Amino acid sequence: MAFLLRLVRHRSSAVGLLVLTLVLAAAILAPILYPQSPWRMVGRSFLEPYAMQRFPLGTDALGRDVLSGLLHGASVSLMIGFVSTLAALVIGVPLGAVAGYLGGRVDDLAMRFTELFQTIPSFALAIVIVAILQPSIYSIVLAIALVSWPPVTRLVRGEVMSLRSRDYVQAAITLGQTTPRIILGQVLPNTIVPIIVMGSLMIATAILLESSLSFLGLGDPNLMTWGYMVGAGRTRLIEAWWISFFPGIAIFLTVLALNLVGEGLSDALNPRLARER
Amino acid sequence: MIRFLLSRLLKGALVLFLIAIINFLLIRAAPGDPATVMAGEAGAADAVFLEQLRARFGLDRPLWEQLFLYLKGIATLDLGFSYRQNQTVASLIGDRLPATLLLTGTAFAVSLVLGILAARRVGRWSDTAITTAALFFYATPLFWIALMSQIVFALKLGVVPNVGYETIGAGHSGLWRALDIAHHLVLPAMTLGLFFTAIYARMMRASMLEVASFDYVRTARAKGVAPGIVTRRHIARNAILPVVTLAGLQAGQIVGGAVLTETVFAWPGIGRLMFEALAQRDYQVLLGVFFVSSAMVVLFNLVTDIVYSFVDPRIEVGA
Amino acid sequence: MDSTIPPALGSPASHPVLSIDGLSLALPMAGDRALAIKGLSLTLAAGETLCVVGESGSGKSMTALAVMGLLPRAVKPTAGVIRLMGRDLLQLSETQMREVRGRDVSMIFQEPMTSLNPVMRVCDQIEETFAAHDVLDRTQRRAGALELIAEVGLPDPPSIARAYPHELSGGQRQRVMIAIALAMEPKLIIADEPTTALDVTTQAQILKLLDALRRKHGTAVLFITHDFGVVSEIADKVAVLQHGICVEHGTASEVLRNPQHDYTRRLLAAVPSLEPPPAKDLSRAEVAFEVTGLNKVYRGRRTFFRRGREVRAAEDVTFFIKRGETLGLVGESGSGKSTVSRCLLRLVEPDAGSIRIGKVAIEGLSPSQFRPLRRCIQMVFQDPFASLNPRHTVGHIISEGPIAQGVPRAEALGEAKRLLHLVGLRPEAMERYPHEFSGGQRQRVGIARALALEPDVLVADEPVSALDVSVQAQVLALLQDLQKRLGLAILFVTHDLRVAAQMCDRIAVMQRGRIVELQATHSLFKQPQHAYTRALLAAVPGGQDARRKIGPNTDPLD
Repeated sequence: MAFLLRLVRHRSSAVGLLVLTLVLAAAILAPILYPQSPWRMVGRSFLEPYAMQRFPLGTDALGRDVLSGLLHGASVSLMIGFVSTLAALVIGVPLGAVAGYLGGRVDDLAMRFTELFQTIPSFALAIVIVAILQPSIYSIVLAIALVSWPPVTRLVRGEVMSLRSRDYVQAAITLGQTTPRIILGQVLPNTIVPIIVMGSLMIATAILLESSLSFLGLGDPNLMTWGYMVGAGRTRLIEAWWISFFPGIAIFLTVLALNLVGEGLSDALNPRLARER
Repeated sequence: MIRFLLSRLLKGALVLFLIAIINFLLIRAAPGDPATVMAGEAGAADAVFLEQLRARFGLDRPLWEQLFLYLKGIATLDLGFSYRQNQTVASLIGDRLPATLLLTGTAFAVSLVLGILAARRVGRWSDTAITTAALFFYATPLFWIALMSQIVFALKLGVVPNVGYETIGAGHSGLWRALDIAHHLVLPAMTLGLFFTAIYARMMRASMLEVASFDYVRTARAKGVAPGIVTRRHIARNAILPVVTLAGLQAGQIVGGAVLTETVFAWPGIGRLMFEALAQRDYQVLLGVFFVSSAMVVLFNLVTDIVYSFVDPRIEVGA
Repeated sequence: MDSTIPPALGSPASHPVLSIDGLSLALPMAGDRALAIKGLSLTLAAGETLCVVGESGSGKSMTALAVMGLLPRAVKPTAGVIRLMGRDLLQLSETQMREVRGRDVSMIFQEPMTSLNPVMRVCDQIEETFAAHDVLDRTQRRAGALELIAEVGLPDPPSIARAYPHELSGGQRQRVMIAIALAMEPKLIIADEPTTALDVTTQAQILKLLDALRRKHGTAVLFITHDFGVVSEIADKVAVLQHGICVEHGTASEVLRNPQHDYTRRLLAAVPSLEPPPAKDLSRAEVAFEVTGLNKVYRGRRTFFRRGREVRAAEDVTFFIKRGETLGLVGESGSGKSTVSRCLLRLVEPDAGSIRIGKVAIEGLSPSQFRPLRRCIQMVFQDPFASLNPRHTVGHIISEGPIAQGVPRAEALGEAKRLLHLVGLRPEAMERYPHEFSGGQRQRVGIARALALEPDVLVADEPVSALDVSVQAQVLALLQDLQKRLGLAILFVTHDLRVAAQMCDRIAVMQRGRIVELQATHSLFKQPQHAYTRALLAAVPGGQDARRKIGPNTDPLD
């Protein structure tokens, strides 16, 4: 509770939290407000915003409702962002923890492996993976997770390495605690704050990545996504700017909100740091 | 120095070797017959053609032998053949590479210079503006910025060309041609560059704030050194070190961003090539571009490593 | 002559270089007190050394920064004047103050490892002072830098000038800092704990250098320290600060021999003397712990192009400790004393040697075989802020060991409460988190954690070096009391010979991984055998004085 208060007191992260709540509400309300598929042709094509009351954000080249697409796209973006981040954490955290704690050759090997993945241009790798496995929600999540875990590993490894030499971990060894117990009980709980902060920023990056893939035509063909909508509107940019404009704004606001919340989290969960500022 | 270079080159070569293996495995990971994948849609129906492919790439032989053949190909710069375009992948990429190098190189330089200039203003009125702008560029999809800047600067204001590399059919040569290309370069390079400007400005700012609290900065002030010199000589010079390292790590992002930028601005580089290959399901080209862009990143990293060894005396270059 | 200049200028003896009058410094709102410094008045004449003494948080460093005009933005002077050569520094603009800094007053900081810019050559950093004040031309500046490097006693000035800070040792870096401070021949040098981060032998050299330079140049020195040993070595005048208030000041001999204020007396009494207390009779005690031929070599990373460097951290280390006995392991940084203590608990795996606790040899055991035996040997760590997990309550921390060894949770928690009482903490502490406690209290928690397993042997690794003197004395007394009650065998690792003299029955002196001398404490101090031991003893700050025990009510023995 005190933590929530601290988060809200941070003004910019309160704004971020508000925007996120709205996006979440859009994702939940989309099937209720627009029970029909967002792919359905519902009106004339290229209707400007508010040209008809029914379509406050206009229609696209095939007469699909832009607002309906926008709302349905919210759940896809959030879901892919969240699941792929979770998957990246599942790869990154244990690898980083083990490498950092055991050190030596294990660490060397793990770090070379991580460096290799950091060298590969991540967006290009994501494109290749999705293209070869055929675009689907699974291949997209897999691709995003595969390109986003290295920073997690590096972060966790760094934290664990510095914690490992901390005297209270040494003390736990002298008390006779077992290694898994030390990692889980003494070390990892003290890395939770940076992991949460990084996680919230990673969701933002994942949403950007997904939209970029969709923009290039690598989205799941059954799902309406923001990136796809921007891409679909780009050939008729001058005549029908709204088709690309609004989904872009939606991505921007969501990603910005996640970044603001991430920064707020880092301050709120780190009272010591916040006080020093 | 030679030893240092040698060890870095060796490391780079090893990374390329591993990337080649990943590349190889990716084709094999594709669902279905690898021969079909290689042929792309071009030869999908032709059984005789597929047979030829199998023989050529030894697809009927054991996996490790295939790997050996593949690596041998890579070593001789043979990245495969695009049946779609009826050209070797290497020559396709070779034609497009200079445009991409020009774009990414310009964007990288612009972003590093602007980012550091911006960060030098930490604490002044423009500091907030920079932080806000950084957050804006950080949160906005690159392709969307590209589209919007296209609308505003090319289509509405008309100050720069909309798409392309140079004015087709203008017949410029020499300096005029260079100027024409530069004119076309402005929009894509700024779009790609500003995104990274934001990132570098943020990193440099954080780094400078951290360094400003270090003891040796206090020492400099205790000597009576003027504030401007303290910032330049003591804070900025140390703060740039982690940024250089991170800029090396970001090189991959720039190459990835080039795919989007080139797609929007029809810039004839390897990113655009990748987009075209995507539409045609031309996997040979796709993987070829992927490999070459990885190689570019390895090269960028090598350059940053060398730059770093010059700016930080603590790196033992001789040993 | 300008009429604003005080008439006393002509006679330096009557006109102080520095005079602080009624200075108050306000802390930001959130702090635990409103003023960092309250109504401080000091004077300092040319060629004089004034020591400002106090414990952490006493405001002594703030005083130094106020004179330099380098106070943190949140701290503001609210009253008083600081006169340097008659000029009120608090009235100067930032530009004027910048001209004063480095030229009229310069400063040496505590941490030589971080006080020099890592990417600038030494000569450039010295020449920068000349450049900042726009004196000399390029070649003269270089010549001046070389001269200064030679003057502060650094070998081979041309090669030192070309070096980067990371290529120099801590002592050498501090000499460079002194060279920078001397560059413009200022009237006043402020030294803020300049030797605290250094080994004792290096400390002695730096103190000597500072003393010689101020005599030669007639510079006034404002010396900030927490160490009365250092005070007795160099001070002409002393000011004692407590919670931002100057409780006592006077000449060094007055304050040290005949302190008036209660706080000063307590501080002086807490300084351990080099005179060991009467020896205990341990002739019938059995051996609790025995180490034979312990070896440990650290190997640097080997790469394809480079052979790993080798550091012999422990070489043929052999000793035993009886029940109820304290063995001191004394040495400077890098002597291997920490490695040895960590090898004993197998936090670091030794390369060779046997370790026996009672009758049990532990060196050959696998980690899982050794785990149940870990209860026999426990450790107290140096930094009480790093040795307690910030996310666990004190009760949790103390009961962790017994629970890991299979004691039921409820029983372990009950035992923890008893231990809290034993180390002098209240039972309410059980539910609190470490950050709610002071350094000394945290160290008590650390001791309770070690004792929870009822060990036979306690390894105390610099257990008081992070604490203020007055707290130090309490924790040492606690350890001695616990030893008496529980019959512990203690290995006491320290760099401080004065602490060792008070705590240890026998002392082993380590140098470069070897024990060079092991003797009963009395005879070690009376007849040190090894040259290194003699050097260490001679370097103890306030050496001659400490032998007698500085402070009141002691009879000089000789």
